[in-house]
Amino acid sequence: MKYIDEFRDGTVARKLAAAISGEADPGRRYRFMEFCGGHTHAISRYGIADLLPENVQMIHGPGCPVCVLPIGRIDQAIRLALDHGVILCTYGDCLRVPASDGRSLLKAKAQGGDIRMIYSCADAVALAERHPERQVVFFAIGFETTTPPTAVAIKQAAARGLSNFSVLCCHVLTPPAIASIMEGIDAQLQLDGFVGPAHVSTVIGSRPYEPFAAHYRKPVVIAGFEPLDVLQAIRMLVRQVNDGRAEVENEFVRAVDRDGNRKAQALVAEVFELREEFEWRGLGVLPNSALRIRGEFARFDAERRFIVAYRAVADHKGCDCGEILRGIKRPPECKLFGTVCTPENPVGSCMVSSEGACAAHYTYGRYRDV
Amino acid sequence: MSELRKKGYVRPLDIRHGRVDMAHGAGGRAMAQLIDELFARHLGNEWLARGDDGAVLPPPGAGRLVMATDSHVVSPLFFPGGDIGCLAVHGTINDVAVMGARPLWLSAAFILEEGFPLADLARIVTSMAAAAQAAGVPIVTGDTKVVECGKGDGVFITTTGVGVVSEGCELSGCRARPGDAILVSGTLGDHGMAIMAGRESLGFAAPIVSDTAALHGLVATLLDSAVDLRVLRDPTRGGMATTLNEIAAQSGVGMLLQETALPVSPAVAAACEFLGIDPLYVANEGKLVAICAQEDAQALLATMRRHPLGAQAAIIGAVHEDPHHFVQMTTVFGGRRVVDWLSGDQLPRIC
Repeated sequence: MKYIDEFRDGTVARKLAAAISGEADPGRRYRFMEFCGGHTHAISRYGIADLLPENVQMIHGPGCPVCVLPIGRIDQAIRLALDHGVILCTYGDCLRVPASDGRSLLKAKAQGGDIRMIYSCADAVALAERHPERQVVFFAIGFETTTPPTAVAIKQAAARGLSNFSVLCCHVLTPPAIASIMEGIDAQLQLDGFVGPAHVSTVIGSRPYEPFAAHYRKPVVIAGFEPLDVLQAIRMLVRQVNDGRAEVENEFVRAVDRDGNRKAQALVAEVFELREEFEWRGLGVLPNSALRIRGEFARFDAERRFIVAYRAVADHKGCDCGEILRGIKRPPECKLFGTVCTPENPVGSCMVSSEGACAAHYTYGRYRDV
Repeated sequence: MSELRKKGYVRPLDIRHGRVDMAHGAGGRAMAQLIDELFARHLGNEWLARGDDGAVLPPPGAGRLVMATDSHVVSPLFFPGGDIGCLAVHGTINDVAVMGARPLWLSAAFILEEGFPLADLARIVTSMAAAAQAAGVPIVTGDTKVVECGKGDGVFITTTGVGVVSEGCELSGCRARPGDAILVSGTLGDHGMAIMAGRESLGFAAPIVSDTAALHGLVATLLDSAVDLRVLRDPTRGGMATTLNEIAAQSGVGMLLQETALPVSPAVAAACEFLGIDPLYVANEGKLVAICAQEDAQALLATMRRHPLGAQAAIIGAVHEDPHHFVQMTTVFGGRRVVDWLSGDQLPRIC
């Protein structure tokens, strides 16, 4: 495949890996966090850790949209499907996320809930048009990448005068999550830098990371999701650390610029506004870290149309998803990993999505543990 | 009196505009008519023609009997490269064939949904007949049931196959040994991606066509080649990754694949990339995995490639000792990763 295979070339990878080994100072340790689940997945799927010298370590961050959804949000979606009888549309990864009382959307579907997996939020709008007699709710999750399409769906529904379409808005924002890690746990993590988001940055640009680099003195390199992108970004981070720099650099120049996608940003600003606070799994309640639907579009807000107040629910006692999302623990260090908690029967959300640290390690990397 | 006598004429089924109704499954005259005018007419052979409750079949001669069954619930019913009818024939023939057996007979049971267009049913039965005829494996007995509108999804078909395997042919998923070579008969993921593209109306510029095919001819060629085959299996649901994990667990071994050696057509590779799906987990309906001793691998590969259904065959990896029974892969990137069992359902109702 043109424009893809070039970024997966094994020969180039070995050269880059050799360059990283050559440039990394054997007298020190380099600890970099990849924020995004997309990077976590690429690192595991392509075995990138195998190519890095021992003193260059990658720590998985919280940037997996399914993983950071707290139990209470899944409970809300289940209540909409079972108690309010709506057609609940969601992306496939959400179906298996554990909710309260051993439930999940998949189990709620088996119980008779009308829960449908869709590939695009436009499908949910189309479904609402086809079923004017039913209420259709789109369970909207994700970081800044998936937010503009949800804005488009709401605007389409408004333009078509749909009175049976609404959105359970659980869109979250990247910069507050990075800030929370820097504020809360960096002393414990001792990070030397960040691999910055790929797709998120196509929307928000590289500028929003500049305050972090300056304030916390940590280099950030925005990288694409292909494996060579990740290796190149790691090399750029090693160089910044060696030079004592803490800048925002952009490896993903083929898709990201400093300002991002202004049109998408305008759409999002038109339809959404900041929530004062939002609970994240693993990171707790973070101020100004998520979006809600603006008053002008309130009729498309499922939380206002139905009585489904958010109720916080504590995670499973044995589950270390919180620590894993913050990078404090590695997946195999959780006592449930691979025994009680597997992709077939996930206890925590990190074992669900292929972008989750636990699922990625279980699926691709667990041969290293034995 | 004579002018009151009617010709022996009964109005035939309205195949073009008619629909299945509950009477077609009730056991009465309507059902008899459906069987006569649709099933027996297209699938016709001496056993069906008798109209008995079962088929009386001759003893198959030397060897042992192999029996396999498979239900088909694919959605959509018609997809690029095939339909549920030929799929139901190929799927069961392949399950019998990969046991090393020559398939002899099939049965077919239909669950029809009230309201299903007879024209579609006729198209499906015609396709089954053509597939059975081409494979030389007659459908000798069958059954039809009708469920109320909304209780089915058009048509479900279960086929059962009986074949005969010669003495001494011991193919089994238990027989992979450390050092063995792993081969695949052609490109991966064509069936699943054809279904996916059809279902989601994705309209890829390069159309992806299902690989549905009967493999018993290819299997016979491989068995004739005198190579000591240890395992044959058709990687359907769950794809190649699932099939290899099953074999690794059955045989108590590990496997190491080479990602660069995996045959995947450019159209399937692009569609998988687009949808974030791994072709190793996508269903095939006309491919087989073969495992043999390393020293026989080149001979087996050459034999496969001489057969039209094996033209793109490849050696994709090797079996080794591993108490954890991991299937692993050296990635194109030079790293290593586990190729795990499929978790969840990446694409429901694929076959």
